[in-house]
Amino acid sequence: MENFDSKYTLSNRFYVIAGAVVLVILLFIVRLFYLQIIDSDYKAWADSNAFLKKTLYPSRGAIYDRKGKLLVYNQPAYDVMLIMREVQPFDTLDFCSTLNITKEQLIQRFENIKNRKLNPNYSSYTPQVFMNHLTTAEHGVLQEKLYKFPGFYIQNRTVREYGFPNAAHVLGNVGEVNRKDLEEEPYYSIGDYSGRAGVERSYEKILRGEKGVEILLRDVHGRIKGKYENGKYDRPPVSGRNIKLAIDQELQAYGEKLMANKLGGIVMIEPETGEILCMVSSPTFDPSILVGKERGKNHMLLEKDTRKPLLDRSIMAYYPPGSTFKPAQALVFLQEGIITPQTLYTCNHGYPYLHGKPACHSHASPLNLIAALATSCNSYFCWGLHDMLDNRRRYQSVQEAFEVWKNHIISMGYGYRLGVDLPSERRGYIPNSKVYDTMHNKRWNSSSIISTAIGQGEIVTTPLQICNLAATIANRGYFITPHVVKEIEDTTLEAKYTEKRNTTIESRYYYPVADGMRRAVTEGTCRAANLPDISVCGKTGTAQNPHGKDHSIFMGFAPYENSKVAIAVFVENAGFGATVAVPIGKLMIEKYLKGEVAEENRYLEEQVINTVIEPNYVLR
Amino acid sequence: MYYDNRTSIWKTVDWFTILLYVLMIVTGWFCICGASYEFDSNSFFDPNGRPGSQMLWIATSFVLIFIILMLEKSFFEVYAYVIYAIIILLLIATIFLAKDIKGSYSWLVLGPVHIQPAEFAKFATALALAKWMSTYGFVLNTARNFALTIAFILLPMCCILLQKETGSALVFLAFFFMLYREGMSGYILLAGICAIVFFIVELKFSDAIIGITPMGKLIVSSLILLISTLLVLIERKGRPAIRIILIGITGVLLIAGALSFFYPVNFAWVLLGLIGALVLYLVFLSVINLMPHYALIALFATLSVGFLYSVDYVFDDLLEPHQQMRIKVSLGLEDDPSGAGYNVNQSKIAIGSGGLTGKGFLNGTQTKLKYVPEQDTDFIFCTIGEEFGFVGSVFVLLLYGAFIIRLFVLSERQESAFGRVYGYSVASIFLFHLTINVGMVMGLSPVIGIPLPFFSYGGSSLWGFTILLFVFLRIDALRRER
Repeated sequence: MENFDSKYTLSNRFYVIAGAVVLVILLFIVRLFYLQIIDSDYKAWADSNAFLKKTLYPSRGAIYDRKGKLLVYNQPAYDVMLIMREVQPFDTLDFCSTLNITKEQLIQRFENIKNRKLNPNYSSYTPQVFMNHLTTAEHGVLQEKLYKFPGFYIQNRTVREYGFPNAAHVLGNVGEVNRKDLEEEPYYSIGDYSGRAGVERSYEKILRGEKGVEILLRDVHGRIKGKYENGKYDRPPVSGRNIKLAIDQELQAYGEKLMANKLGGIVMIEPETGEILCMVSSPTFDPSILVGKERGKNHMLLEKDTRKPLLDRSIMAYYPPGSTFKPAQALVFLQEGIITPQTLYTCNHGYPYLHGKPACHSHASPLNLIAALATSCNSYFCWGLHDMLDNRRRYQSVQEAFEVWKNHIISMGYGYRLGVDLPSERRGYIPNSKVYDTMHNKRWNSSSIISTAIGQGEIVTTPLQICNLAATIANRGYFITPHVVKEIEDTTLEAKYTEKRNTTIESRYYYPVADGMRRAVTEGTCRAANLPDISVCGKTGTAQNPHGKDHSIFMGFAPYENSKVAIAVFVENAGFGATVAVPIGKLMIEKYLKGEVAEENRYLEEQVINTVIEPNYVLR
Repeated sequence: MYYDNRTSIWKTVDWFTILLYVLMIVTGWFCICGASYEFDSNSFFDPNGRPGSQMLWIATSFVLIFIILMLEKSFFEVYAYVIYAIIILLLIATIFLAKDIKGSYSWLVLGPVHIQPAEFAKFATALALAKWMSTYGFVLNTARNFALTIAFILLPMCCILLQKETGSALVFLAFFFMLYREGMSGYILLAGICAIVFFIVELKFSDAIIGITPMGKLIVSSLILLISTLLVLIERKGRPAIRIILIGITGVLLIAGALSFFYPVNFAWVLLGLIGALVLYLVFLSVINLMPHYALIALFATLSVGFLYSVDYVFDDLLEPHQQMRIKVSLGLEDDPSGAGYNVNQSKIAIGSGGLTGKGFLNGTQTKLKYVPEQDTDFIFCTIGEEFGFVGSVFVLLLYGAFIIRLFVLSERQESAFGRVYGYSVASIFLFHLTINVGMVMGLSPVIGIPLPFFSYGGSSLWGFTILLFVFLRIDALRRER
């Protein structure tokens, strides 16, 4: 193969060697082509290496009540940070006493920070959180001594602060984003805060503002080497906008006081605008306990409480409407021509058609619509339902008649979410004819579902829906979707919170119903709600329920003409509507319209506040 | 002394090589500016900064060049052994005198100056080899001569290994290119290169298994089969045999490929079987046709397979896991995120982020922010890749390629064996540095810390390479003076 003696052959080896050089250079060029032109991963990799996108957090918008009282605002809070690499031996005794911790806690904390299992992003060059939420006082002391503790820093941030201990459910709270938020909204990154409930959640996008960004150059040790391109690509944060609630803080606080030691809710709406004036859910809690260091612990306590304080009963609790449903029934019957205001029905301590069931209390018989509403006569509405559903001349079948009935009821805001601007509103339940077809094997009539006539049976509603019915009657035929936010800084409310929603009932039919509710206050079941100089209209309710004693309900509006307020009061397991719910309704209406409860009602007020109703299932 | 040559040296010296040299040094200086640029300091001429002191080294290099070119034409031939002896003594002294600088004992500290004698050993060894191999009637292919030649190379290499400068020691392997040109059997070079490549590939892919096929063995076996077949192809009389071999290999691979859909097939074993069949066939041919070269190829294939499996055996069965790890990390084979693997990854990121035209001078983010380690010395090519992109990198590579080929051309032109041996040594050393350094930066070769001549920061290395080069240019100029 090779002739070692031939000089000619050996100088040929030059070509082998030169060929090797060319091969090496070609190989490198191909490799460069791959790295620099084809594979784009390296570019992205380089950016994440060298750019530190530092987020600039905007301040969250403040929340005011309808009279301009500051309800929620931001308060500076301080986190103690440390950069492990810069920490030098320090006076641990002094340090621990300043922060009120023990030396063991200090050592434990250091170990936890360095533990990569607990703290996967740990780097000894970057700031790590040593301690959260220092109070202003602690911060002041530490700030003065900070020079003694190299490597420790204080980082400012903000936490929510509450002006009043009320309206926890409406306001909601702010918490760290969870995994679901992170997946759904790319805006958030880990460690961000967002609204967890109430207005904080439903108006999150308005309140949070917009995060800014500052692009910094970072070296391999994580040290900052300056701004990228002198801040050309930086974006300043946009502060969150302030919002003004329709809630009247004073009224809200008064409602919460009246509902103390009782379970239930109060909703009050300004009928003309649909603005929610107060929204009490009892039991409630001070919103400020869900801020700061104790948030997790307190939240756990609230979750475990059998009285369910975290449940916003005004929009989430399902109650049978009981007799407060009768005005709605009356409206359907009037609209469908089943009855006129003059139609008389008989009552004999019960619904005669079904041999006295459901039962009724003693009153004159026969009676017309207004008297029936005033005395809350069960039989009247049973007759009405019978004449509608079992009317084969008007409707082909019971199913058709029931669908007509159901559609009227739904147009009044039942059975579906009203669309209040709060998260987790529940829809209530109005069955359709198919439900009864299944239940009764397609053979049914008014008698099968007679409890529907008096707001029992399958029907369930939320207090907000009942209050909305009162507002609709106050408006004589329309309502505006109830909402808790009155104004948003620099923008208008959503259109649905200003548009009138007409029901399928003609306005003229509302007048006799309003008259009936007025009569109930003047000489009927609601006499306890009567106020000397305000024409209160109302309807009591007593809802049977599987949890024990009946729920006590009051629904009303005032004054009779040009109504300023509609109200619904639910008190769980308090018995007859007239006993607890009506006095609360009366006091709330008086408080709102007069600003003050009259001297002669102070005794009543005292009595209501001191009433304790703890249902059996709560007491373990 | 004859000074009548002094006027003519400027006419006879190879100006093309000097032009390439100056171009590389200037480009290199700009790269060092890029690599050591800090956001807060902006003077490149501060003598305490790296660009400033590199400037100083460049200036002194020109003084060196002037001195070398002015020296008597036969100076190097006469003093070759003396220079070699002095350097060897210096190397030995360094082992005992040097202080620990980043785990290496190769630096001599003389007041403010730090010098690394290893950088000058290449030039001294090349000179000594040139003198030794140009003695009258020298033939490399006698056992005594070959052993002595190897001894000339091994002596400085061992000294440098003792200084814990593995990279610089490995550079002495470059002399085998020169030996090949001077008559060493191509099989020795091939065997050496194959041994290194097989070793690295087998260890690098030792943990990769696809299906039931170990990838290291598959790749190495394929290489053995490929090289053996190529060797048969080179053989002038081998043409008829090659058809049978190719048909056989293709057939077996197709059958194995089809089978792999039904049964798991270990392709490494398939290839091993193919190599075995090839060896038997070649032995058969060599006996029938009396062609001893076929037997040699068969021997090569057999030894390669033996080598592959013994590497595997020694590494897996005789070494403890921590020893395996240390070897892999020191060869840059293991992706140790905080060590060698990290460096290479960061350097690939830096180069890759350059794109077609780069980020522009001083605009590189990866190198500026110190993501790439040793970015102004061993990893200087990253700066080129990041700031000047594909275009700039290819330009530098072509510049380097032209430079090395020019040196080989000049060497081949030498009339004296002294000049040719020295020239081939010089060119081979530059080729070795380029291959290993750029290969390492781009993640192709193991991480062996050797500089990229004329680009990497460092006085000793710049002086060492300048002397290496200009001694050759002085010898080359001598040729034309005649």
